[in-house]
Amino acid sequence: MNSFSYTRAQEVDTAVREVTQDKAAKFIAGGTNILDLMKENVERPDRLVDITRLPLQQVESNPEGGLRLGALVSNADTAYHPEVIERYPLLSKTILAGASAQLRNMATDGGNLFQRTRCYYFYDTATPCNKREPGSGCSAINGYNRIHAILGTSEQCIATHPSDMCVALAALDAVVNVKGPEGERQIKFEDFHRLPGNEPQYDNTVKTGEIVTSIDLPAEGFAKNYTYLKLRDRASYAFALVSVAVGLDLDGDTVREARVALGGVAHKPWRKPEAEALLKGQKATKENFRKVADALLQGAKGFGSNTFKIELAHRAIVRALVMATEMKKK
Amino acid sequence: MSSKVLTEPIGDVAVGLPPLQRVTLTINGAEKQLEVAPWTSLLDLLREYLDLTGTKKGCDHGQCGACTVLVDGKRINSCLTLAVMKDGCEITTVEGLSKGDQLHPVQEAFIEHDAFQCGYCTPGQICSAVGLINEGHAKTTDDIRELMSGNICRCGAYPGIVAAVEQALKVCQPNQ
Ligand SMILES: Cc1cc2nc3c(=O)[nH]c(=O)nc-3n(C[C@H](O)[C@H](O)[C@H](O)COP(=O)(O)OP(=O)(O)OC[C@H]3O[C@@H](n4cnc5c(N)ncnc54)[C@H](O)[C@@H]3O)c2cc1C
Ligand code: SF4
Ligand code: FES
Ligand code: FES
Repeated sequence: MNSFSYTRAQEVDTAVREVTQDKAAKFIAGGTNILDLMKENVERPDRLVDITRLPLQQVESNPEGGLRLGALVSNADTAYHPEVIERYPLLSKTILAGASAQLRNMATDGGNLFQRTRCYYFYDTATPCNKREPGSGCSAINGYNRIHAILGTSEQCIATHPSDMCVALAALDAVVNVKGPEGERQIKFEDFHRLPGNEPQYDNTVKTGEIVTSIDLPAEGFAKNYTYLKLRDRASYAFALVSVAVGLDLDGDTVREARVALGGVAHKPWRKPEAEALLKGQKATKENFRKVADALLQGAKGFGSNTFKIELAHRAIVRALVMATEMKKK
Repeated sequence: MSSKVLTEPIGDVAVGLPPLQRVTLTINGAEKQLEVAPWTSLLDLLREYLDLTGTKKGCDHGQCGACTVLVDGKRINSCLTLAVMKDGCEITTVEGLSKGDQLHPVQEAFIEHDAFQCGYCTPGQICSAVGLINEGHAKTTDDIRELMSGNICRCGAYPGIVAAVEQALKVCQPNQ
């Protein structure tokens, strides 16, 4: 780890100012991703601004009738919050499917959005990687790419976004509230993370100095029919190879509205409104679910070691939709 | 409660390096005022500078749980925690669980169920189990397995570990 100086911010504005003025400064929240990467010399900030004492610790109602999650609420406190369990069980389930109990106690809701890819070459400073060092090349495309993306890739990068929580936030149409040197703004979740394109060094659309203050969940939480199906190499404490978050609004066996978001397959949680629209007013049958899977995976491309993900994702989508449909409210 | 002011600074001091930071930590009930380099992990502080070597370093990357300690009663990975960030907090390590000669119920259960072989993962397992009991979310054996998954045991002592945690849960939360 490089040496760095440390300051503890007491106010949001001070934190924003400190990181805006010093380009090599970074926020630290739970520390579970940034310290890991600093130990590997992938991140080398010259100053860490500790934001854990900022007053962004509340889960409260928002004006839209939904819930507002403070950026510094821990992943564990979010997952076990009575209102999250009651109204947004999908979110609770995705959080609990990720990492370990210890890490979820440390990790924050804001930090979770910024966690970086688990691409092995990104972590290995001895190998070329466009995300870590723009222009150096991508070691994964022709290398070992079992955990890599099958959708929305570019010739520059085929990394995935590893978060589970973000897959639910995408399905729920969450909104991220940020504050920066130019004031506050809201970012729709679909616009928060980006595809790699020619600039894989940027994971998201947040600008230098901007801090996430909270995450808004809309009123609709799909609490009756939902599921999170996470497929991975071991039953717990492993990242998703493929994951599917589903929220259904059913009228008997007819679908009023469907949300399907995929994790582990792209540089961002993968959603396709056209695919979801195929179910609108249709019966909740396997046959119709297969059409959704076809549409969601249209254009999917494997790179050798990860080609199995295409079929795996197809089956996982159908199975998750069946699971959500068959769920009975206790 | 004893209080110790460390006059020897903790961490490397060299010309041109960022300044040391003053922190107050209560470690196993004793308040300590320390000066630490910002990059000192809580794990390194405990092991290298305070001689509390019960807490183990396995991976140093959050992947094994050997470094699990309790901060304000919550289990965390001390390898991914900067000591300076825990200013004002209460830290409990495996050394701080017993009351004199009387072991913590989790420690007793680990002995009774032979829940270890080499013992390297054990302090982390025990602190993790204490955290699990404090959290109160584990109701079934499967819950215990899932909520202890952040602690890897290379010796594969898992059946004993799960049995020990199950017993300790009953002792510590008799109503559940
Ligand atoms: C062994 C291991 C296994 C894991 N398994 C999983 C898993 O299965 N599923 C999963 O989803 N995740 C997993 N994780 C990742 C974990 O969820 C993330 O590391 C965590 O959510 C990051 O949150 P944090 O608060 O610790 O972020 P930090 O490490 O503190 O910060 C990460 C980045 O976000 C920035 N940042 C933090 N907060 C803000 C804010 N409010 N505004 C602006 N920028 C901010 C920081 O500057 C930093 O660059 C795992 C991690 C480890 C170490
Ligand atoms: S996939 Fe992306 S992160 Fe991985 S080596 Fe290629 S450029 Fe780097
Ligand atoms: S040493 Fe901290 S988790 Fe392995
Ligand atoms: S007892 Fe040896 S690693 Fe667990």
